Amino acid sequence: MTDTVGFSADQDLFAVPGEPAIDQAYLAQGGDWKEIIESQRERADEIIVVNMGPVHPSTHGVMRLVIEMDGETVVSLRPAIGYLHTGIEKSAEFRTWTQGSTFATRMNYVSGIHNEAVFSLAVDELLGITDRMPRRATQLRVLAMETNRIASHLTAVGANCLELGATSPQEVGLRERERLLEFTEAWTGLRMNNAYIRPGGVQNDLPTDGIELLDELIKQMKINIPEIAGFMLDNPIFKLRTQNVGVMDLSTCMMLGATGPVLRAAGYPWDLRKAQPYLGYEHYDFEVCYEKSCDAYARFKIRCDEMMQSIRIVEQVRDELVESAGEPYRIQDPELEWPSDLTVGADGQGNSNEHIKHIMGESMEALIHHFKKVTQGFHVPAGQVYTAIEGPSGELGMHLVSDGGTRPYRMHMRDPGFHHIQTLPIMSEGAMLSDVFMALASLDPVMGGVDR
Amino acid sequence: MTETSETTPAGEVVNASETAALQFPFLSKVFVDGAPAPAPVIGERKGMWGSGSGSSDTSGFNNMTRQVCLGGEVNVPFGGWFDAVANRMAELVPHFAHRVTVWRDKITFHVVSDKLVELCKALRDDEELRFEVCVGMNGVHYPNDVDAELHAVYMLLSYTHNRRICLEASCPEADPHIPSVTSVYPMVNYHEREAYDMFGIVFDGHPGLTRILMPDDWAGHPQRKDYPLGGVPIEYKGAVVPPVNERRSYQQ
Repeated sequence: MTDTVGFSADQDLFAVPGEPAIDQAYLAQGGDWKEIIESQRERADEIIVVNMGPVHPSTHGVMRLVIEMDGETVVSLRPAIGYLHTGIEKSAEFRTWTQGSTFATRMNYVSGIHNEAVFSLAVDELLGITDRMPRRATQLRVLAMETNRIASHLTAVGANCLELGATSPQEVGLRERERLLEFTEAWTGLRMNNAYIRPGGVQNDLPTDGIELLDELIKQMKINIPEIAGFMLDNPIFKLRTQNVGVMDLSTCMMLGATGPVLRAAGYPWDLRKAQPYLGYEHYDFEVCYEKSCDAYARFKIRCDEMMQSIRIVEQVRDELVESAGEPYRIQDPELEWPSDLTVGADGQGNSNEHIKHIMGESMEALIHHFKKVTQGFHVPAGQVYTAIEGPSGELGMHLVSDGGTRPYRMHMRDPGFHHIQTLPIMSEGAMLSDVFMALASLDPVMGGVDR
Repeated sequence: MTETSETTPAGEVVNASETAALQFPFLSKVFVDGAPAPAPVIGERKGMWGSGSGSSDTSGFNNMTRQVCLGGEVNVPFGGWFDAVANRMAELVPHFAHRVTVWRDKITFHVVSDKLVELCKALRDDEELRFEVCVGMNGVHYPNDVDAELHAVYMLLSYTHNRRICLEASCPEADPHIPSVTSVYPMVNYHEREAYDMFGIVFDGHPGLTRILMPDDWAGHPQRKDYPLGGVPIEYKGAVVPPVNERRSYQQ
C-alpha cells in the first residue's frame, strides 16, 4: 500500500507490537477509497470478514456480529454476546426474595415489568400462594404487564424503522411510549426499573386519580398507536426491505425453539396467555395475532396488531379495577406481605404517614415486624419451579430454586432474546448485509436481557 | 399424588398405586434401582437467624440444625397425566430416572446422564410424548450433593399436548461431563454454552462449547457457589467501604 493511507504493506494496524502482519490493514481517512479499491482489484473475489459492533447503532445495544462476506452477501454470521453481562443472577442470590424483583426488572429493561411478573409468579408458586392472590393484585399485575407490552412493542417497531432510516415512526413510538411511562411513573413512582410487581402482589395501589389517568391514556393510545402501522405497513420501501427478509418457516421455528412474534409470524397462533393461561388471562377477550409470511414484515405487523389487542385487555382491566376499588392489592398474610403501606405522594414514593405513625408511635411489635421483614425477608419452602409467561418477544421463563431460606438459591431467567439470537445465522446467511439488521430487529432482542 | 383408594366394580378396594400399576405397566421401570434414590441434602440450617450471623444468634436455638432437601419427592404413581408420560418414557427408555419430584404440580425427572440423549430423542419423536422443544436449560450448583454437585435442568415443552416437564441430569464437580442434547434439540446450543461458562459443565458432543457471556480468557465459573460475588474496596476520604462480598448484609 502506498504512503497516502499511512501504512506500509508489512504493517498491521491491529497487531500488537512485534507481532507479524497477518494481512494488509487500511486506515481510510477520506478521499483515498479509490486508491484502495484500485490496489485491491485483483483480490475482489476473496471472502472478507467484517466485524460489526460491539458498539454499533444497529445491533440493539452492545452485541457483536462477526460476518464473513462475499461482496454484499453474507456467507456466515456468528453473533458474539456477553458485553452487557453484569451477573444479575448471581447478585440476586445475595438479596431477599422481595429484592429479586429489583434485579429481574433490570434484565430486559424495555419490558422490565414482565421480568418482575415472571419472577414474582415463580416465587408465588414456590410459596404455594398462587390461588390465594387477591383479585385486585392480579388485575394490577395484568394492567402493568399489558401497558408494558405496548411500551416494549413501541420500542421494537420504532427501532426497526429507525434502522431503515425512517425516523418519523421512531418519533411516534417514543412519544407514545413516553405517555405510557408517564402513566407508569404516576402509578408506581418510576418510569423504568419499577420493581412494581413483587412476590405476593404488587407494591402499591393505583393513585386516587389513577382511573382518570388510565382513561386519558387509553384514549390517546387508541388515536395514536395505529399511526405507526399506517405509516409503515403499506410503504413500498418498507415492504421491499422487510418482506421475504429474515425468513423462518414453521419447521425452522420448531427446530430452533422460536417463540412469541417470531413463531406467530410463521402461522402458529401460540400465545401462552391463551395456551397456558396465568393471572386470569383466560377471562379477557382478546385475539392471538398471527401471520403466515414468516418474514420480518409479518413480525412487525404482529407487533402492531398486538398493541391494539393489549389496549383491549387494558380496557377490560380498567373496568375490573373500578369494580375492585379499595380491595387489597397484595396477599393478606403478615408472614409474606411487605410490612408497610407505600404510596405515591406529591414528594415522591414513600411510606404512608399512618404507617409511620403506627410503627414509630404506637406499636413496638409492629416496628420489630417491619424491621424483620424488611431486612431479613420471608422464607420460601425448598423446591424448584420453572414458570413461563408470554413476554413481548416470546416465552419469558424463570427457573427458581429455593433452599428454604430468605434468598433465592438460584435464579435463572430464560430470556427470549438470548434464545432468539441463535436464529440469526439461519436467517441471515445467504442474504445481503442490509437484511441482517432487519432480521435482528425483527427478533427484538434487548441486550440487558440477553446478557443478564 | 396422594395415596387414595377406590372401589372396583367387583367390590374390591385397591389403592392408587395398584390401579396405576394395572393401567401403566411400565411405571415399575421408571427408576434405575426399582425405587427412587434418596433425595440429596443440599444444605444445613443452624439456629434461628441463618448461618450468616454466626455467634450473634442469641435466640437460644443456635445449636438447632436442620437438613434441607428440595421438596416434592414422589414414588409411583405421580398423578394426572404425569403417569401416562412417565409410563411411555419408561416403555421407550427403561430405567431412566434416579428419582422424580412433583412440586407445585410440576414434574421433574432426575435422569441417568448416560440415557439423557436417548431419552430426549424419544421425548421429541414419540407421538404420545412429542416434546418438540427444549425451551431452556439451566445449571445449578449444589456443593453438598457429593459426587453430583453440578446439575443441569432442561425445560421441555410439548406444543401438541400442551404440557411441560423438566429433566434434571447431574455430574460430579471433579469430572463435570454431561452428554450434550444439541443433536436432538439444536435450540439448546446457547443454553449449554451458558451453563458451561457459568458452571463449568462440559457438554460432550456440543458443536462449539465456548464461553458465551464471560470473556474467552476468563478463569473460573462465576455461578458456582464457591465463586465469590467479588467487588473492590472503595476508599473515600480515608474511610474504606469493604467489597460487597465482605459486607454483612451480603453474607449468607
